[in-house]
Amino acid sequence: MNTNDKLIVGGHEFNSRFILGSGKYSLNLIESAVRDAGAEIITLAVRRANTRDQENIIDYIPKGVTLLPNTSGARDASEAVRIARLARELGCGDFVKIEIMRDTKYLLPDNAETVKATEILANEGFVVMPYMYPDLNTARDLVSAGAAAVMPLASPIGSNKGLATRDFIEILINEIELPIIVDAGIGRPSQACEAMEMGAAAIMANTALATAGNLPLMASAFRQAIEAGRSAYLSGLGRVLERGGSSSDPLTGFLRD
Amino acid sequence: MENNFFIDSDNLSDAALAKKHRLENDPASRRDITEYLPGMEKIESDICEKVMSIADSYNSEEFTARDVTAALSHDTCTVRDFMALLSPAAEPFLEKMAQRASIETKRHFGNTVYLFTPLYLANYCENYCVYCGFNCYNSIKRMKLTSEQIEHEMKVIADSGMEEILLLTGESRSMSSVEYIGEACRMARKYFRLVGLEIYPVNTDEYKYLHECGADYVTVFQETYDKDAYEKLHLYGHKRVWPYRFEAQERALMAGMRGVAFSALLGLSDFRRDALASALHLYFLQKKYPHAEMSLSCPRLRPIVNNDKINPRDVHEKQLCQIICAYRIFLPFAGITVSTRESAEFRRGIVKIAATKVSAGVSTGIGDHESKYTGKDSGKDDATGDEQFEINDTRSLDEMYKDIASDGLQPVLNDYLYV
Repeated sequence: MNTNDKLIVGGHEFNSRFILGSGKYSLNLIESAVRDAGAEIITLAVRRANTRDQENIIDYIPKGVTLLPNTSGARDASEAVRIARLARELGCGDFVKIEIMRDTKYLLPDNAETVKATEILANEGFVVMPYMYPDLNTARDLVSAGAAAVMPLASPIGSNKGLATRDFIEILINEIELPIIVDAGIGRPSQACEAMEMGAAAIMANTALATAGNLPLMASAFRQAIEAGRSAYLSGLGRVLERGGSSSDPLTGFLRD
Repeated sequence: MENNFFIDSDNLSDAALAKKHRLENDPASRRDITEYLPGMEKIESDICEKVMSIADSYNSEEFTARDVTAALSHDTCTVRDFMALLSPAAEPFLEKMAQRASIETKRHFGNTVYLFTPLYLANYCENYCVYCGFNCYNSIKRMKLTSEQIEHEMKVIADSGMEEILLLTGESRSMSSVEYIGEACRMARKYFRLVGLEIYPVNTDEYKYLHECGADYVTVFQETYDKDAYEKLHLYGHKRVWPYRFEAQERALMAGMRGVAFSALLGLSDFRRDALASALHLYFLQKKYPHAEMSLSCPRLRPIVNNDKINPRDVHEKQLCQIICAYRIFLPFAGITVSTRESAEFRRGIVKIAATKVSAGVSTGIGDHESKYTGKDSGKDDATGDEQFEINDTRSLDEMYKDIASDGLQPVLNDYLYV
């Protein structure tokens, strides 16, 4: 791991570029998942944390890992704001991932409401990481609203379909100054690697691990893929030949003056 | 009838018996099931027409193994694919369906299984539904919990660790009024994170009131979508009004409830058509109310007090499993609840495939949680009311929790915030 290459979100520095989800697998696997993923940030649904001691997800998260509570279950900005405030009361810190869905079938984020919630929570001192559909105008609005990162989806959540929105995420990477963290739909380490090669700042995954036969091993595979993709991005990708070899006799060789 | 539904009680007066027999034997003595009763709200909705135009024309026999193979090869399961998966032609593909269903379940829910318990507040009922233990002609011990008793029951249940409760009543507005249920919801909010309701269907303003009292999820079983069968099974009372019941979930959503649940009671009519209609009811309502959470239950007929002959007829465990797998493949995002009507073995197996929500520590009687949970007997014979149906899986919350965890799944007691 290149320890000089930090992920910086809201002024906080992280060595790992793998953000781990926690909601789809057994609580007793969280510790090994975090360790093998090398993760320093783990998300948790506030609605799952708001429970009795017996199964409180917070208790299963290793010390020293930054909690990223999410607002899943929120259907509009006001609900997301209330859930974020509750997360703070529960002792989850100042980070918050905004998830606002008005659709229970595809769980696609509501960009307009997300911008509203981002502005309110950023003004309250939260480190706001909004989950969004990759739209450049929305991303710019999120920057203006005070977001600390932008988290576009790669494909529908839980689908493991990979970078279906590749070209649009690339636009965000090119145009937005904040870290672009690819969230949702990443199903394989190779897809995570590809997103990192493009210049994504980090990857968030949950279902890909939860549906793996060996969760800790898959966590480790993702870590390596993300590191490989990051290194490739930093080194600058070489020329990729589109069709066979390049012509030794250039088409423009006739030009004289 | 095949299930020997009609049972006469010695406790009925001659006049009551005569009326009962008339209802059973003379269709002309029964109301039109499509006629709304005074006070019943009629909403503008095209959902019923959408569901029934497809369900009514469904012929499960016309599908072949080829249709099933095609359905299983498609990324997105269409309505026609779903019809194939529900058909007899799909029975030899059950293992393949289970494998596909299990992948979909994992993608959408991971390995989590939600736990809840029902609390029956009262078993008075004004309907004559021939298969139900609470029906008004069945001679059972009737009871309605007082608010002190409700609170006591809730404390006992909450002490067991449960965080989600489903409040139920028999369908009697006079004995279990909306206000009575509302008070129970307010009390439940003190002890539980999520309060669901399974009560008689009410109007939008009443659902709104119950939502304000703390309820956020409404379950209504249509029992059967086959109107002819419905007419012969629900002989008397407000429940007889089939369309008012059909529209209950939509009224609940219009009133601001977060989620709704649907079901047919499998075994009352053609179970394949009923399963199709239940899922389509959810499917079309989800399109209209995309923010709402939705789930399906999959109950089969069970024996009741005074009638142990009632059984699920042609819906064996294999067929039930087929339906549940088909539900999951067609509606990967929907919750699926499997109740204690089924055995512990079946429930342990089905949560690995498709079910996402199971009840635990269940009593379908009234006021008997303390004796069932702690073994403490009140000593009074009249302290409890009879059960709606016989349960099969009697495991406590602790037992369920341990079984689920030992099967490699994550039991979840709460995944919900009232916002």
